[in-house]
Amino acid sequence: MFFAVKIKRTVRKEDTVSAEFSIYNMTTIIYDGTYPGWLTAVFEIYEHKLSDVFFAREGEPAASLFGVTHIVKTDETKAARVLNGLKQKLSADGLNCLYKTFFSELEKFDEKMWRFVQYVFASAHNVEGDLSNNAIWEVRQAAKFVHRESHRMKAFIRFKLTKDQLFYAIVEPDCDVLPLIARHFEKRYADQRWLIYDARRKYGIYYDLETLSNVELTFDTSAQSLAELYDEREEFFQDMWRRYFGSVNIKARKNLRLHVQHMPKRYWKYLTEKHPESRLL
Amino acid sequence: MKVSERAFEKLEILADAAKYDVSCASSGSKRQNKDKGLGNASNGICHAYTEDGRCVSLLKILLTNHCIFDCAYCVSRKSNDIKRAAFTVEEVVDLTISFYRRNYIEGLFLSSGIFDSADVTMERLVRIAKKLRLEENFNGYIHLKAIPGASDDLMKEAGLYADRLSVNVEMPTEKGLKLLAPDKNHKDVIKPMQYLKKAIAGHKEEKKIIKSTPAFAPAGQSTQMVIGATGESDMEILGMANYFYKKMNLRRVYYSGYVPISMDNRLPAIGTPVPMIRENRLYQADWLVRFYGFNVNELVGFDLPHLDLEIDPKLAWALRNLHAFPVDINIADLELIKRIPGIGVLSAQKIVKARKFKNLQPEDLQKMGVAYNRAKYFLAVSSPFAMHKDYTPMQIRQQILTLQNSKYVNNFSPQMALF
Repeated sequence: MFFAVKIKRTVRKEDTVSAEFSIYNMTTIIYDGTYPGWLTAVFEIYEHKLSDVFFAREGEPAASLFGVTHIVKTDETKAARVLNGLKQKLSADGLNCLYKTFFSELEKFDEKMWRFVQYVFASAHNVEGDLSNNAIWEVRQAAKFVHRESHRMKAFIRFKLTKDQLFYAIVEPDCDVLPLIARHFEKRYADQRWLIYDARRKYGIYYDLETLSNVELTFDTSAQSLAELYDEREEFFQDMWRRYFGSVNIKARKNLRLHVQHMPKRYWKYLTEKHPESRLL
Repeated sequence: MKVSERAFEKLEILADAAKYDVSCASSGSKRQNKDKGLGNASNGICHAYTEDGRCVSLLKILLTNHCIFDCAYCVSRKSNDIKRAAFTVEEVVDLTISFYRRNYIEGLFLSSGIFDSADVTMERLVRIAKKLRLEENFNGYIHLKAIPGASDDLMKEAGLYADRLSVNVEMPTEKGLKLLAPDKNHKDVIKPMQYLKKAIAGHKEEKKIIKSTPAFAPAGQSTQMVIGATGESDMEILGMANYFYKKMNLRRVYYSGYVPISMDNRLPAIGTPVPMIRENRLYQADWLVRFYGFNVNELVGFDLPHLDLEIDPKLAWALRNLHAFPVDINIADLELIKRIPGIGVLSAQKIVKARKFKNLQPEDLQKMGVAYNRAKYFLAVSSPFAMHKDYTPMQIRQQILTLQNSKYVNNFSPQMALF
């Protein structure tokens, strides 16, 4: 026996129309991947009254096969106007949340930012406190994630001194925090040349006693003798640090769960104290 | 012995001896980098964590563990047969700068055993701080111990170079102190605290008029009490802490669970567990007084000399005061919302911000990070299928305890003997 089940489709006429309409009305916004670039994109979305936008960065495969592509050329004036508009509606903290979200590399982060901006501009007053609203909440959470990671980087970066008096450090942060921590290190280590390299994103920040600059490096991975690379007292201080770290532990209060909670294992790779002997890392 | 071997050994001895002084703060100061020098001291950054879970943000060492006193609770007491060592001024400065440049530390925490006299010891500590500031142009965090009995002049100099100064009261009761350190009394500790309190206040006033007045101990004073060595009650401990906060303007009081380190029968035997839960409850009570607007006598009193170990002090208070609940978070004052178990200061502030836009429901609270399973007994948020039962304090307590996954669940066994 064959039962034919009749499924009653109650699609409203308007829905059908808009469903078709939206696929073809979707716009893929391609920008250069910088924050001013994203702000310019926002300007142009409002300028051209685009709806249903999808963000993609230059060089990335465009995810949408349908719809229109709109390429954004970064324009400082347009970006500044958007920023000023946001400053009227947000506190410094609120604007900072948006900025931090940009570096979070979380899934659909640029869309989260866009929903946030839409809500902010659509409201007459400051709405950054409307925490039960998803757009606001998602940006706050993303900013919190970035803030935590940048705070951890300020803590876990360990410099090593080379023979030519450069303090260098290698890290692999969970998100792109180098631009956010550069100023902290510039202010603190104003009288020493330093370099922090993000091994995951393959670029670094270098301070030459005057200015900061982005750098790309190629590492010579051939086994070089450490003595050739390091300053003559570097190994001594690394060992002193290891000894110090071992001596401050109170064994009667051992709590490895708490220890790992504060210092997750993924950061141990570049921590001097977690390696029993000096390594080129 | 090679030069480096000797240095390693010294550091191990003097860091090991200093670790029982638990103050680890590196924030509270606003010191900036000057003249393109080295460092600044306006962040509290924990660069590493020990295996016992405590943060390492400073190079915490004794200048020397030689000491003329014989306090029974101290590992460096005169009569203890241990290796003794001493750093030179240059060694401490060199080590501090080198560690700092590598971003291992936020700064230096320098204490010492008393050798020769209080003045001789204090002078040495001040000399190190002065050298760091003036010769090395070091602007990182410096925490110096104020040695009881040192002259006012030395204390004054110390304040000019250090960010924080502290003197430890150690034993919370005079009786306990007399038993374990007959040469000492609480007066010795109060005197430098008083002097520093006046000096700090005086400098602040002067700075309002003369902008170029140098900073004097910008991160204020702190102190430490050892818990569980001499049978004191939580009421005595919190009462003393309250006195320090209100009358001495101290920034922090630290509570350090006693780690048995001697065979002396005046003290808990070696092997007695460190009273970590009690220490945790004391810190929670400390936070309630400083950030939640609680009065000490709402938490402890003559009829309630000890804090409950099984549940935190805020929940304990709420269960004793059920008449204050339920609270409607959509209309109540911020101060009252802070008193709801499961809602912390940050969540309370978020609630007050968010409720301007819409009436908050349980889902909203859960999203904001409120411990809803605990708070629900105290909230007047309407929920269509909730039966509003009147629970007794005991019932609420039991329900919360069974639900929660306490980090202390292993400790509540009959064998545990707490002081």
